[in-house]
Amino acid sequence: MALIEAQNLRKSYGSIQAVRGISFQVDRGEVVGFLGPNGAGKSTTMKLLTGHLLPDSGSAKVGGFDVTESPVAAKAHLGYSPEGAPAYGEMTVREFLQFAAELRGLPKPSVKVQNTLSLCRLTEVAQQTIETLSKGYRMRVGFAQAVIHDPEVLILDEPTDGLDPNQKFEVRRLLKEMAARKAVIVSTHILEEIEELCTRVIIIAQGEVRCDESKEKFLQRGSDLNQIFRQLTA
Amino acid sequence: MTMSSSTTSISARKTIGAVFRREFAGYFRTPLAYVFLAVFNAFAISLAFFVGYIYEAGVANLDRFFLYHPWLWAFLAPAAGARLWAEEHRQGTIELLLTWPVTVWQTALGKFLAGWAFLACALLITTPIAFTIGYLGDPDVGVIISGYIGSLLCAGACLGIATIASALTRSQVIAFVVGFLACFILVIVGYGVFDELLAGILSPSAIEEVRRLGLWRNLEPFTLGLIDLRPCAYFLTLSFAGLGLSTLIIERR
Repeated sequence: MALIEAQNLRKSYGSIQAVRGISFQVDRGEVVGFLGPNGAGKSTTMKLLTGHLLPDSGSAKVGGFDVTESPVAAKAHLGYSPEGAPAYGEMTVREFLQFAAELRGLPKPSVKVQNTLSLCRLTEVAQQTIETLSKGYRMRVGFAQAVIHDPEVLILDEPTDGLDPNQKFEVRRLLKEMAARKAVIVSTHILEEIEELCTRVIIIAQGEVRCDESKEKFLQRGSDLNQIFRQLTA
Repeated sequence: MTMSSSTTSISARKTIGAVFRREFAGYFRTPLAYVFLAVFNAFAISLAFFVGYIYEAGVANLDRFFLYHPWLWAFLAPAAGARLWAEEHRQGTIELLLTWPVTVWQTALGKFLAGWAFLACALLITTPIAFTIGYLGDPDVGVIISGYIGSLLCAGACLGIATIASALTRSQVIAFVVGFLACFILVIVGYGVFDELLAGILSPSAIEEVRRLGLWRNLEPFTLGLIDLRPCAYFLTLSFAGLGLSTLIIERR
């Protein structure tokens, strides 16, 4: 069974068709790089998969549960970090993760918080309020709330956006550590990240899937990733 | 859904509790909460003394204290309720709430109860006026308690309206202004302000019904020691309508 299933998803905002019939499946152990120009429908697709938006037609399944029909069960299998890793700025990192754990109804929430803090290398800033953290730490907090329940499905919207090379390295390392046991979708603008992180590439442009293939196959298309990207999204 | 209804209700209670604790503590994270409590207390007491002449009236009851509560709640309930959803939109955390395995109504209820509890705190610190009246005269304690119950219900109704305004926008300022205007209309309706306007359209008995929609008309019986079904239903309806509508607004976004 595929852990993530998108079936002919469609979504319009007024007269603008943001997503026009997107279908794909992601299995355990796969890390899918989600690529596309800005406004291509990447974030909208992720929002449809996570239940933040409801599709006009088509269906999204997470862990076998339909996101529209059994949203709570589907969301229990899902970890999601939205673009910009939003969090409650006035809370400390520990309080925020505790809140996330409680809302997810996890048993022994404080133990989960402690483990997640050390997994994401956040222990030293646990008592700091989130608004005082650097961007790198904030992204890791967003990552931490997404993995606190060790979900089977992980969806991350630009988790390395705006980070310095060291911070990027750190987020990628975290992701690689846990990717084997999960189905992961990562959206990114950094083409090099495909090589480093992903097992598969999906390129979206104008609300449609333009390319869906394994990393190896994708890299055989040529040596200049930027040019391949331009061709596929034109 | 594989979960049994009993585990669902336990997890619902836990969720509502977690949201409640976060929101309630959230009020006291900023100095604004203390300013709010001080302003409420100052206005509640000074309106009673300097506008209502509660002391000069020489009667040992709190009528003239509760008389101004619809005005106070119309102003301060939207101030306390403005952040409840608007802040989620501004910080982007609404996206977390909508993708965590909780339902919107659980979150909405937790938020509403936190706001209500905060308003109850504001009301609680006015109780010295009750003790003062008790010291100066021999008031009917039951009447004072029912007045406080009425005021608390009135606060809940205004907060319900405020949460709708808050769900509609990412700006706390807009949420406050819209919430205040809506509550303000409910305050002045009771004073017959629209009577002339409505005279051509409605019969006199219908105009009286409109007047009954005012906040004070429904609070008044409580200040006389009467806990009637109709005013209770009025306040609770507004509270639940606010809760339900804000839930719908958040779900449909």
